[in-house]
Amino acid sequence: MHLLYQIFVDPFVQMGAAPDLLAQTLWDGLVAGVLYALIALGFVLIFKASGVFNFAQGIMVVFAALTLVGLHEHGVPAFLALGLTIVVMFVLAFGVERLMLRPLVNQSDVILFMATFGLTYILIGLGQLIFGGNPKVMIANELYLPSGEMRFKGLGGFVSFQKIDIAAVIIASLMVAVLAVFFQRTRIGRALRAVADSHQAALSVGISLEQIWVIVWFAAGVVALTTGIMWGARSEVSFSLQIIALKALPVLILGGLTSIPGAIVGGLIIGIGEKLGEFYWGPLLGGGIETWFAYVIALGFLVFRPQGLFGEKIIERI
Amino acid sequence: MLYREVGQYKTSYAADMAVFPILQDRIGIGVILLLAFVVIPLTGNDFLLNAVLIPFLIFSLAAIGLNLLTGYTGLLSLGTGAFMGVGAYACLKLTTYFPQVNIIVWILASGFFSAAVGVLFGLPSLRIKGFYLAVATLAAQFFLEWCFIRIPWLYNYAISGAIEVPKRTLAGIALTGPTATASTRYVVVLGIVGRIGRMWMAVRDMDLAAELVGIRLLPTKLLAFAVSSFYCGVAGAMMVFLWYGGAEANVFAIDQSFLILFMVIIGGLGTLIGSFFGAALIYILPIVLRWVPEAFGLPLHPATVEHLQFLILGVLIIVFLVVEPSGLARLWQIGKQKLRVWPFPY
Repeated sequence: MHLLYQIFVDPFVQMGAAPDLLAQTLWDGLVAGVLYALIALGFVLIFKASGVFNFAQGIMVVFAALTLVGLHEHGVPAFLALGLTIVVMFVLAFGVERLMLRPLVNQSDVILFMATFGLTYILIGLGQLIFGGNPKVMIANELYLPSGEMRFKGLGGFVSFQKIDIAAVIIASLMVAVLAVFFQRTRIGRALRAVADSHQAALSVGISLEQIWVIVWFAAGVVALTTGIMWGARSEVSFSLQIIALKALPVLILGGLTSIPGAIVGGLIIGIGEKLGEFYWGPLLGGGIETWFAYVIALGFLVFRPQGLFGEKIIERI
Repeated sequence: MLYREVGQYKTSYAADMAVFPILQDRIGIGVILLLAFVVIPLTGNDFLLNAVLIPFLIFSLAAIGLNLLTGYTGLLSLGTGAFMGVGAYACLKLTTYFPQVNIIVWILASGFFSAAVGVLFGLPSLRIKGFYLAVATLAAQFFLEWCFIRIPWLYNYAISGAIEVPKRTLAGIALTGPTATASTRYVVVLGIVGRIGRMWMAVRDMDLAAELVGIRLLPTKLLAFAVSSFYCGVAGAMMVFLWYGGAEANVFAIDQSFLILFMVIIGGLGTLIGSFFGAALIYILPIVLRWVPEAFGLPLHPATVEHLQFLILGVLIIVFLVVEPSGLARLWQIGKQKLRVWPFPY
């Protein structure tokens, strides 16, 4: 009885007693969720257009951020370094298409999935060879990203917002809006959606799969760069970010592998759920439940909606 | 030339259904068994046994376990490392409570605990599949990893938070613990792998039978999870007790799961021999890569070598997938076929 009370009543009593803490937790969860959503977005972009479950998205985030910081360390001005990094991501997309996707076209999903593992190892090796394995500090000031925090009085206490978090939320929303317009309104966007629906049908109306793949991987690279900058500015640029990027996976299955809104909503649910879970229910279990709580939330959703919240209904033909 | 089946007639049904219908195969297997059971334990040095052969056998077993699940039933799992961990921790608890029972019995029995946990986490596979399932198995991976760290009972409240392998003997010979010699442990590992390998064949045959009739999904999928986890659990228990001699929870982290998935896919999905090839390639390759620069006298920094290892491993994975997506087992088959028709091309 006491246990039930601790699980079902006590956390809510705490929430009601200290609304400022609740608001702070919600905000932290929101920011974490936005960043998860950004990584998930990169996954979804590639999955939609090529059916490849790109495991390398996490390391792409690290690699992009490292390239940016590394270039700046070698004396390249911040914004030129940003431009150059975008070029690097394009070269990467081009290389992936030419050397990995093209020879593996029409292979089963698992094989392509494995190939992205190979890509992950290559990027880890390359990144460490060129930039070294030590964590680096993101050049947030040089890129005119805000720092410091804002404190609001209210809810019976203080709620503090890091300015960089606010910037992250704004930039993420902008990027999602741009991507949405890109997918819905432009010629290339329509071609992308056609490829997502059916590779063969898209080919038959004259859409070049190769081009589309380069574009999609490049877009995912740019998303990765943005994520890398934001995440790097909050903590630091290191290879451990790659493990955090795995958190995007429950976001994906929660939102549905093929849905951009799903990635966003899924990210927010996971981010907020995780922080609330850790803060209010974590002490019951001895803490540190953040590592698996997200997966359990996702698993719970999956049992009721196997294709995720916004995923396309899986229709199977025999 | 040598590998030709001309003149070898199958005169009975039993001969036709034999596991190794060709004489050369039987000789080859005999030679391998002789090498494995007699020559290597007697002549092999500690480095060869400890750093190469014992891990190779253990990883092969884990790869076979995952292969049963992924290769045969098509259920992608990323929780292998955690299931291996369940085996290791179960073995530790069993041998702590019943120290008088032979450790080999407990290594095998710990597989059943792993199987039970595997079934539990296999339940979602009824509703979901493909990558969704793969991510769902990640839940198992992270949850179990958390348990290994946060529940002190599992590692006997050791201050280090790690498994400390106690000394266990059989007929006066130390099998586990710091005093056990490499060749003893090697023979034990070999024995266990060989014993379980034969069980695998029974499962394979049943699988064939199951395919033909209308199978019920629930028991079949769960059975696949159970058997697969059983193998992984035994492999995990052996890894800690007969190889490392002590381990922390991070041994069973997600990297381990990925590594074993590599082995399965590089080796060839749904093939027994592929699991061995995959384990050999993925495990032994880094060792070789470490030695190559030294052999050529290249003055490379150890860190650089490590980074290069990642790079080369990544490139090799992609190259292997491009050249032969069906894995090393397929290459092996092609090679055998070429030998059979030699000197003709087909």
